[in-house]
Amino acid sequence: MTASAGAAGTRPQGFRGMRDRAGTLAASHRSITIIVGWIIVATALPLLMLVPPFSTFQTQSLWIDGFTNAGVFILLALGLNVVVGFAGLLDLGYAAFYAIGAYTYAFAASPTVPWISLHVPFWPMLLVGAAVAAMFGLLLGAPTLRLRGDYLAIVTLGFGEIVPAVFLNADKVTNGTNGIGGVYKPDLFGYQFTLGNPVPYYIAMVAIIAIVMILVYRLQDSRLGRAWMAVREDELAAASNGVNTVTTKLLAFALGASTAGLAGVFTASKLTFVSPDQFSFAVSFTILAMVVLGGMGNVWGVAVGAFLLYTIQSVLLKQLNPFFHTLNVPFLKDIDFVQYQFLLYGLALVLMMLLRPEGLFPSSRRRRELHTEVDEYVGDELGPDPSSSPMEQS
Amino acid sequence: MSAATADPGNGTILRAHRVTKAFGGLVAVKEVDLEIPPTSIVSLIGPNGAGKTTFFNVIAGILDPTSGHVEFRGDRMIARPIRTWFEPVVWVTPSVVAGVISVLVYLATANADATALAVLAAIGLLIVMFLAAIVRPRWYLRLLATAGVFRSSRPNDMVKAGMGRTFQNIRLFANMTALENVQVGMHTKMRANAADALLSTPRARAEEKASQARAREFLGIVGLRGRAGELAKNLPYGDQRRLELARALASEPTLLLLDEPTAGMNPRETAQMTQLIDRLRRDLGISILLIEHDMKVVMGISDRIYVLDHGELISQGSPDAVRADPRVIEAYLGKPAS
Amino acid sequence: MRPDIVRVLQPIVIIAVSLVVVWLLLGGTQQFMNFLTLGAIYALIALGYTMVYGIIELINFAHGDLFMFGAFVAMWILTVPLGMTGAVDNPLQLTVILVVVMLPTMIVMGLLGTFIERFAYRPLRHAPRLAPLITAIGVSFILQNVIYSVFGPSPVNVPQVFPLTRFEFLGGRVSFLSLFMVAIAVFLMVLLQLFVGRTRLGRAMRSTAQDREAAELMGVDINQTIAITFFIAAALAGAGGTIQGLYFGSVQFNLGFFVGLKAFTAAVLGGIGNTTGAALGGFVIAFIEVFATQLGYSRWSEVAVFTVLILVLVFRPSGILGQQLGERA
Repeated sequence: MTASAGAAGTRPQGFRGMRDRAGTLAASHRSITIIVGWIIVATALPLLMLVPPFSTFQTQSLWIDGFTNAGVFILLALGLNVVVGFAGLLDLGYAAFYAIGAYTYAFAASPTVPWISLHVPFWPMLLVGAAVAAMFGLLLGAPTLRLRGDYLAIVTLGFGEIVPAVFLNADKVTNGTNGIGGVYKPDLFGYQFTLGNPVPYYIAMVAIIAIVMILVYRLQDSRLGRAWMAVREDELAAASNGVNTVTTKLLAFALGASTAGLAGVFTASKLTFVSPDQFSFAVSFTILAMVVLGGMGNVWGVAVGAFLLYTIQSVLLKQLNPFFHTLNVPFLKDIDFVQYQFLLYGLALVLMMLLRPEGLFPSSRRRRELHTEVDEYVGDELGPDPSSSPMEQS
Repeated sequence: MSAATADPGNGTILRAHRVTKAFGGLVAVKEVDLEIPPTSIVSLIGPNGAGKTTFFNVIAGILDPTSGHVEFRGDRMIARPIRTWFEPVVWVTPSVVAGVISVLVYLATANADATALAVLAAIGLLIVMFLAAIVRPRWYLRLLATAGVFRSSRPNDMVKAGMGRTFQNIRLFANMTALENVQVGMHTKMRANAADALLSTPRARAEEKASQARAREFLGIVGLRGRAGELAKNLPYGDQRRLELARALASEPTLLLLDEPTAGMNPRETAQMTQLIDRLRRDLGISILLIEHDMKVVMGISDRIYVLDHGELISQGSPDAVRADPRVIEAYLGKPAS
Repeated sequence: MRPDIVRVLQPIVIIAVSLVVVWLLLGGTQQFMNFLTLGAIYALIALGYTMVYGIIELINFAHGDLFMFGAFVAMWILTVPLGMTGAVDNPLQLTVILVVVMLPTMIVMGLLGTFIERFAYRPLRHAPRLAPLITAIGVSFILQNVIYSVFGPSPVNVPQVFPLTRFEFLGGRVSFLSLFMVAIAVFLMVLLQLFVGRTRLGRAMRSTAQDREAAELMGVDINQTIAITFFIAAALAGAGGTIQGLYFGSVQFNLGFFVGLKAFTAAVLGGIGNTTGAALGGFVIAFIEVFATQLGYSRWSEVAVFTVLILVLVFRPSGILGQQLGERA
């Protein structure tokens, strides 16, 4: 508040007052704000895609489909943000939980599973997938609680490798490389979702994201959220203030994983197909990049980061050829951008990080952090005053 | 003097019995006995490296003692771990039993479904017991106790039992506000769990609101009323010390461990802090165990003083008695002729 | 004197005994040589990870791709300027060729490593901890796709300059190639140990790793030291890449990721920041892999590697040779 006061001071009083009031209103009715926000965004985006230059890239229906896929990554980023951003636990194998969610649904709702044939409806399976992923989150979290920072990173990385490898190699259960196809699509009160129409998926996705976002915000502002932050800042001090670091960290893993489980169930039902190669390291890394780029700890920032990065990666870079072709720039139109899309993606990652090391939208907390020096322990620096000598015995 | 917070029956808040802590060959704390009566201020002094902070860490549950034990409010909470090797046996046994049963089921009935069920039960038991071993819920601890396994309480258990502490080199949550720091201190006093948070239950919301008000009270006690919204690391040094104290108070402790609360403070701040500590005992009835270098502080407010040197207790008693003890003078100033 | 002798002999005896045990477990010389070569490659890369991590606490995810890049540079030098196609029988000529391939590869890679450090990591030295991790991932993408766009997606053959002569040894056939490769790798590792342990720059590196600010106050040029660390790390990756190309006969653009991952695992397994640990970890990982293959579970070798890693870390949270950090208060 103090930081913005100077800048806002020049503006007319009325505007500032109005903005402040809007801000307070939004903060006190956060759930409603989120719902309204998503309704506006979700309506505006497809309409915006009817306008050039967006309309020149691809049809509106393809855009909507792309947004739905981006939504999966928004979900994943929201979940990973709980683990990395809130609790400060570096998880490099997050795609494992995504895979677990996807396979959970595939096992429960596909005729091509080798060992069973079920058709459990989609909506309850969302919760089941989340729960199963959460359980695996606990199982991963439990043995790794003692590990510090980067050791945790490598163990999670290993877990992220083991899970798809198990799905790949246990082919009697999972069909191995071929994956599980023919996964049933969702239906809602008799309305059947189809591959041809991306809109129902889009609406469902937005609804899921809005709900998850509300929940994540609630967690952040709760006793648990504070405990996460405390563990992130100083684990020993947290424990010495009564925070049970064991359950706190486990809950971060479990709740973070459950979101990935949701995303997995959704993906399986949308693609009607799961295979181990959908859940490689690249996915884990991409999600982490989304979280860091969006601004760790900032819920909306992370969502926007995921959206931007996904759109850049799988829409914009693929559309650069026709784009520069229509613009008819002499030099650029001859380059085959599709060939270089991952190169450009890598460059984009590096550049964005160099330009905004704290992420595009640092959480307000972190922004304040950057205005001060980068010292973690102010106390260490000042140290005990040498003037107060140990013994002033009379 | 009020004895409101003292336990009925046994009056002593904390009793350390022959506590020893060795790091490899280095004995940091050697057979220290210490007692803290209700609503008293007890000081632990000694030259640098005498083992004071190590002793603190042992009674706060951060370090396991090499031998000896600590009773807190009548319960033996800290002691050398016993039979820890047996613990895996405790949590593996149920699933092994289930596994054996599944084999027996298979041999007896040759029914694949029944066997699979028993195998699943075995795996499930293993997972549950494994998680229990890590989370250590109460029933699991009871199970361990019957198996003769003992592990010291964790720091958070000590806080729950009524022990608060501050650190020698301030350990605030630097990127959280003063208010949030104090709210973390109230963690054990709050009940909202993850489900409450997700559902935003009225209970949780009320509790959250009350906790904020209460946290402001604690900030008021230490004189930080107006600084609730500031990030801990942006506070001046003296305020950081006070905030850490407020955070420790927020757990409503019976016993407060203060590790050099006036280190680095100027004389005026030191006097304020001393007054504050005295007031905590008087008004809130909290017992205080104090590590302090500033002798003016120690002599002024302590009911009893323990002197450590090279990990050993060399003197104890009232401030006057300790001040007159030749061994204490020797420890601080060295032998007259060296 | 006696303790000295014991101190020197002890590791030698341990190494000899474990090598014999490994030889027996792997059922003979054939697999044993596989293990040694693979272990040497992992160890060389793991050293790079561990050095970089030791000095700036960054998991350099691009390191595996530097290794891959090095393999391609070596392949290019062999095929284009040298125009090699087949085996060279003259030992002297062969040695010259190897030097001409390996040295420039190591230098080019070293320069590339310092270049990457300068532009992708150094600007972020005071940024939030995860920022350089993300640029590392970005650099990894860039390196992979530079190679991809130049050499294409399919494996590229590396000319086999080594004659395929083998000799009998303890009931198995050993090629000179593998012996030679292991020798080079061990030579480089010993050289590195000497450099870090005995030279002024090595001391600067160790002091920077311990406490960057204190080292700076003592007059150590931090930027230079970090740059040199990256140079050495990348050069070692280049050497590893050369060995990989020559030994396996082909290179592919996505080779770096998995090898890098395993090498990183090796570094952590050994205790990250500890160069001896990295080498040890490399051989442990190689053993697990070759042993899994030996037992007929080659598909599960990765799972086995990571399971072992997790188990080791659960019981020794700082790796096999890592310093066990106590709780500080």
